[in-house]
Order: sequence, then C-alpha cells, then structure tokens
Amino acid sequence: MSTNAGITQPRGLTRGLLSVNAWLVYLFFYAPIVLLIIFSFSDNRNVGVWGGFTLDWYREFGDSQPTKAALWNSIQIAVASTLISVVLGTMGALALERFKFRGKQVFDALLYLPIIIPDVTMAVMMLLFFSQIAGWLGLSKGFATITLSHIAFSISFVSVVVRARLAGSDDRLEEAALDLYATRWQAFRFVTLPLIMPGILGGALLAFTLSLDDVVITQFVAGPGWTTLPVFVFGLIRKGVTPLINSVSVVMLLASTALVAVSLIAQRARGGDVV
Amino acid sequence: MNTTAPTTPAVSIREVTKRFGDVTAVDAVSLDIADGEFFAMLGPSGCGKTTTLRMIAGLEFPTEGSLQIFGDEVGTLPPNKRPVNTVFQNYALFPHMNVLDNVSFGLRMSGVEKKNAAMRAMDLIDLVQLTGMEKRKPNQLSGGQQQRVALARALVNKPKVLLLDEPLGALDLKLRQEMQTELKTLQRELGVSFVFVTHDQEEALTMSDRIAVMHDGELLQVGSAEELYERPVNRFVADFIGQTNLLPATVAENDMIVLDNGSKLLCPNPHAVGSKVSMSLRPESIRIGTRDAIPAPDQGTSLQGVVSDMSYLGHALLYTVKVDGLSLEVRSEPVSADRRFGPGDDVAVWWDRTADWVVPD
Repeated sequence: MSTNAGITQPRGLTRGLLSVNAWLVYLFFYAPIVLLIIFSFSDNRNVGVWGGFTLDWYREFGDSQPTKAALWNSIQIAVASTLISVVLGTMGALALERFKFRGKQVFDALLYLPIIIPDVTMAVMMLLFFSQIAGWLGLSKGFATITLSHIAFSISFVSVVVRARLAGSDDRLEEAALDLYATRWQAFRFVTLPLIMPGILGGALLAFTLSLDDVVITQFVAGPGWTTLPVFVFGLIRKGVTPLINSVSVVMLLASTALVAVSLIAQRARGGDVV
Repeated sequence: MNTTAPTTPAVSIREVTKRFGDVTAVDAVSLDIADGEFFAMLGPSGCGKTTTLRMIAGLEFPTEGSLQIFGDEVGTLPPNKRPVNTVFQNYALFPHMNVLDNVSFGLRMSGVEKKNAAMRAMDLIDLVQLTGMEKRKPNQLSGGQQQRVALARALVNKPKVLLLDEPLGALDLKLRQEMQTELKTLQRELGVSFVFVTHDQEEALTMSDRIAVMHDGELLQVGSAEELYERPVNRFVADFIGQTNLLPATVAENDMIVLDNGSKLLCPNPHAVGSKVSMSLRPESIRIGTRDAIPAPDQGTSLQGVVSDMSYLGHALLYTVKVDGLSLEVRSEPVSADRRFGPGDDVAVWWDRTADWVVPD
C-alpha cells in the first residue's frame, strides 16, 4: 500500500469499511490455515473436535510407511519434472522471444494450451497417450508417466514466466557481450542467464509447487501401487478422516513456505560477480 | 601515429549493400577510414549509418560487397573475431555487474586471467576518471558516468577501431559538449580510429576529421567539415549541414544562372545549361545594407528586397528578406538598435562571388 501524495486517502466511513473488508479477506485467507495447524495437534480422532494437545499425529505420520513412501514419490517426481521442464521451458521462451522462425505463432499458441485446458481433459489426454504408447516404449505406469505428465504442463508455466522476464531485458546486452569477444554460449552464460535467473527461479518454483499439488492428472496416469502425497491424502479422506491428514497438510504447507522463502532469498542474494 | 604512406586503411568498405527483406538499408556504399582518424557518419534516422556501423562491428553481415579491417576481409566474421569494439547507444552496460566487471568483461572473455584483467580494467577506469566507482552497479551511476564506463569497457581491449553509436545522444547539452571535447582528446592520445555515428551535424562538425553524409542508404559525400559546409555535392547535403538559403534556379549560358523569380546572376558552375539547380547561400555570408550601399558589380552579387522580419539572437541579428517572391535568411552583426532594419524597410543584400555554391537538384 503506497502513500502517494497525489492520491487522496479515504476518510470516515469509507476508511472504516475498507479496513473491515481487508480484515475479512485476511480472515478468509488465513483462518483455515490457522485452524489446520491447531487441529493437527488435537488429541481426538475426529478432525474438527479439540481433544487436548498431542504430537501423536505427527508421530503417526513418521511411523506410517505408505505416507512416507507417497511423500518420497512426490518429492522425486517434483524434482525431476521441475528440472526438465525448467530447461525445456526456458529454451522455448528463448526461442520465442529471440528468434523468428516458421510456425512461431502456432508454437506460441500451443505452448499456452496446457494452462487453459481443464485438468481433467489434460488427464484423459495423457492417459490415452500413455495407453497407446506406454507398452510400445516400455513405460510402466508410475514414476515415468507421472513425471512426463507433470513436465507436459509445467513447461507452459515456466516458459510464460521466463518470457515475461526476457521481454523486459535488452537484447543489445547480448550484442555487447559478443562485441566484447564472448562466444554465443558465453554471452548466454554470463549475460542473459544471470538476467533471466529470477524468472527461471520463479518458473521452477511454480513447476515444483504444481507438481507437488497435482491430484487430478496424477490420479489418472499413476499405476496401481504408485501414489503421490496429495493423491494418497485424497484416498485417506475417502476411508475416513483422522487428524493424520492435518499433520500431513501442515508438513506440506511448511515445505512450500520454506521453498518460497528460499527462492526469495536466492533471488535477493544473487550478486553480479559471475565473471 | 603512422606516417608512412600509403598505409592500409583501418576500415575499407567496397560496394557494400545490406538488405532487410525488401528494404535496402545500405546501398552500394564504398568508403575508406584511415588509421587514427576521427570519422563521423552523419545522417537523419533511417539513413543507414547505424547499419553500416553494425556491419563493421559484425552485428550485421553485408548482403553484398567487401568489408576489410586493416586489409583483412571480415564480411561474415562474427563480432567476437574482429579487432573492433563498440560503444552502444544507451551504452548497453551489463546491469548485473559492477563497473569493474563490466570493464574487464572483454579481457576475461579473451582469456586474460582475472587479476591481470582487473588491473588493466582499473587503468582504464582511471583514464575515464571513474576511480573509486569500480564497485558500483550501472544503475547507481549518472548518464555521463555510464557513458564513461561504456567507453572504458570498449577501450580496455585495445581495439584497432572504436565504433561509437550515437554515444552522446542520451546526455544533456552541457554534458554532451564536455564529452565531445573529452572524446576528441582521448582519440588523439590513443591514436586509434574512432568511427562515430550521429544525427547531430554540429557534433559531427566539431569532432571529426572527416564526415560521411548518408541519406536513404546512400553515401552522398565524404569530406572534411569545411568541404561539406562550403562545397556540398547536392541539395540534401547543403541543407543538412548548417543553415543555408537554397534558391531554386536554372543554369543559363555564359556562366549565368536564372533564379526562379527571374533574377539573372553570374555564378560559374559545372552543370549543363538548362538543368535545374539550387543556389546555396549561407546566411552569414550575405551582407545587408541600404540600397545606396550596394558595392560595384565586380565585387559581388546583389539583389534588392524588403525586410519582412528581424530577430535578435544576442550574438547576431537574423533578418528575413523578401526578394521578388524569394525569401532569404540573412545573419548580420548585432549592431545597435538605431542602425538595425525593421520589417518593411527597403534594403539591398549582396555577397562575394565565392560565397554562393550551386548544387544539382
């Protein structure tokens, strides 16, 4: 909220209503999170009933093999799909932003498709795709199919974020680097890459979070016995809810928050000393 | 500087053409730039001067023709393989690097070890008077300082030719004039050819040994400031360099020309009888006086007219004089108020035989 001199500050009733509105928004956003955290310490098998403080649910999370396996699967898939989609997405962004080629507009439009189409459509598409070619390629449903599906939608998000960053940067900087005896690779490595790094990190974070969160597509393409944490949690709900879900959710919440914090710190700490 | 003649030109451009699709940006340009010369390429925007500079830098490749740097054909050599460096318009400093890293970039890329590169970069930072600023980022510097960094970043590599693309365009007038002097001094000290692109004719005139005037992709004239000012090859150059009166005329017999208003003047010129020409007459070379003050015909050319406007410029007076449907700008000494002419006054204007110059249309 800026205090621009030219903008008149709201007064009286307006001001009061606006601040009530702000508090309502905060409440709406954060009350569920606070409740979730509180009830993850509740010593009662019913999710919404307070039964005194306990760490049992966290202990059960630690002891539960299937939960831990699902978490480990999630992390592996998220890391793998993020790494690959960041590389491919950044390359796509560079191609669209820096070069002219035939079919550029079509490629551009196609790249946005996974962002627009509903998850279910995407999920069915992927399932169909894998059922047609999986046997042929020797892919079994599980890690590979889930990772590939996640890459398929993450590329779009990464390339959109990186492109926004590229569009704001000056392509004469690359020319300047070439003029100063850099090869094309050096110009990219020492000038372009550091400048678009915030975009790449942002895209990576988005890809990682999307992969970690995805239920619909994963559920379609995961084979029997293979599950990620969100799909596993979703399964637990159907079986009957215990506060174990709360503790799992809190752990995921903390992990995502830590991730955001790390990426913010990383972006701030990036110095210019690359040469 | 090299005194042995004849020397290989620093840059030699032969019949170079550059097309972008259907557009011909540079049209069969040929020119030589001598070693140690301060050379300006001048013209309005879109005239092809920047494209020519970029072809010397290797950022564009010629569609046709030959381009040599010190005798070596460089036509399609990439920029990192050429012994030239560029000061870019708006500088193109690397925003994520401090001044020292910016300046040592070229050395680092050509394989100079870090400590050594930093030392040589510091020398250049001293040379452009930025000592103490080496840890700053470009956005913490003023426009003038950024321009010095750009200069140091290019010069640290000891280029055989330094290319400058409108390097002073982003500076305010006073700073620009200071930098003009500094650039000129620097160039003289280093003895390196500077090729300088500008649209500002005054800048080109003050700084350069020679100037190439370009228009619509064509090279119109190359010469010293004096040559361009006093003997322009055509109407465009006459009009573009300095201020001038361009009076449309037709070439007549016996070294005469006939102005479009019918006045017949003695004005020797090499153009064919009957061809359409313009007579270029600089405002400062025209004298103005009362009609009885006209000198004898053998001492110059004179016309009679009426003052239609007078402005006081401080260092001069600027009259507009109407002569039979023609309008002439006349610049004179700032005489005291009672000796000035006002609108409506009958006057005569005259000039030396050597002051007028006929250009083809």
